[in-house]
Amino acid sequence: MAEPAPLICRDIHKTFDKLEVLKGISLETRKGDVVSLIGSSGSGKSTFLRCINLLETPTSGDIIVHGDPIRFTENRKGERVPADNRQVELIRARLSMVFQGFNLWSHMTVLENIIEAPVHVLKIPKKEAIERAEAYLNKVGIYERKDYYPAQMSGGQQQRAAIARALAMEPEVMLFDEPTSALDPELVGEVLKVMQSLAEEGRTMIVVTHEMAFARDVSSQVLFLHQGVIEEQGTPDKVFDNPDSERMKQFLAPKF
Amino acid sequence: MFDLKGYGPALAEGAVITIELAFLSLALALALGLVGASAKLSGSRVAAGIATAYTTLIRGVPDLVMMLLFYYGGQVAVNMLSDYLWETRGIDFFFQFDPFISGVVTIGLIFGAYMTETFRGAFLAVDVGQIEAAKAYGFSRWHTFRRVMIPQMLRHALPGIGNNWQVLLKTTALVSIIGLTDMVRVAEEAAKAERMPFHFFVPVAAVYLALTAGSELFIKWLDRRANVGVVQGN
Repeated sequence: MAEPAPLICRDIHKTFDKLEVLKGISLETRKGDVVSLIGSSGSGKSTFLRCINLLETPTSGDIIVHGDPIRFTENRKGERVPADNRQVELIRARLSMVFQGFNLWSHMTVLENIIEAPVHVLKIPKKEAIERAEAYLNKVGIYERKDYYPAQMSGGQQQRAAIARALAMEPEVMLFDEPTSALDPELVGEVLKVMQSLAEEGRTMIVVTHEMAFARDVSSQVLFLHQGVIEEQGTPDKVFDNPDSERMKQFLAPKF
Repeated sequence: MFDLKGYGPALAEGAVITIELAFLSLALALALGLVGASAKLSGSRVAAGIATAYTTLIRGVPDLVMMLLFYYGGQVAVNMLSDYLWETRGIDFFFQFDPFISGVVTIGLIFGAYMTETFRGAFLAVDVGQIEAAKAYGFSRWHTFRRVMIPQMLRHALPGIGNNWQVLLKTTALVSIIGLTDMVRVAEEAAKAERMPFHFFVPVAAVYLALTAGSELFIKWLDRRANVGVVQGN
């Protein structure tokens, strides 16, 4: 039997109050895919990413992680909610997220940040978790900062620590929510370089980004979102060099 | 140095009682504050309602009235419970509601209400991103609460806890009213008997001052420790 797809999203809708932010987004990944989600602010790309690990509950649509569909039910108010919180926790542990604002736990050192979920969620022995954490810290190039607190590091170092935290879960899919948008321009490169090396290792990644060069050079699939729908989808060559959508052409046009 | 006219040992014992009373009340107040704040933020209307009733009631009634109510009322309640249990179940249950227990319960309840507000504000000050990261890594609600919310909340709550503690420490003096032989009570009796109010109340004031000053230093130290790696004013 073929290995199930790491992540399938089918017809995801999300409505906040009366505002429909996502109007039917579907995405199918293969192992090793790097999917870039691009589009202007408010296009729904971050909301879509947050629906994948249920930081937002999609109003309708299916999410299937490695063949395992997330089960939903309705609460007393008739809103859609996950049926089984334990299932959600287990699925989240397989989809680790890297945030725009890093969100490292500020009361823990870098090493403590990285071993927290492996030890307490995945139940890996602490010694093994530390070895794993150290290996990933080496990989992202901040091993020597392992005993620092997040606030003692630069934004780029914090984001690399956050990537190490995500890697230590050895996840099915890594979700990146604008990982370089909060960084000073001179720090963007170090984070993108780490992400590129992950892509080259064949990790499955979904990246919400404004870095067009990254989307073009590193992704296998690009989705251009506009007002909650996929306006353009395909390989980077297709989306960037030969787009069908007028909006995509406008989006790519030089701004000044 | 100072001739305490033979009241020295009694005063020292009274000081120990004051300190015991203060620490036990603090423990109760912290526990109640944590429960109260969690209830207020739980999203459950019933829990939030009960917690709000509790803080409103406590904050609106003078400490002294509460103290008298619990001391005299508390014993009546124990007696009633005791009679009821004996008559209906044949259970022999009784305890003396002594001034010390009344003091701990009253002061604990009063400051539990203030701690509730302190903790509530501190919980709300925890950055949403910290909680989101916990969710995104598959933490259960309890794990998030224990490993992320509490330590982060405490950092914000420390100054408030420090203030409450200082006021609590001074409030223990009220317990002398209901007959607990704390430091204040001993001093009062000594001052009356010897007709030397300054002679006995000034040392008592000095002990309180030493305790509050000492705790202030301790809390500052805790605050520095809790804020390791956090840019102040951030």
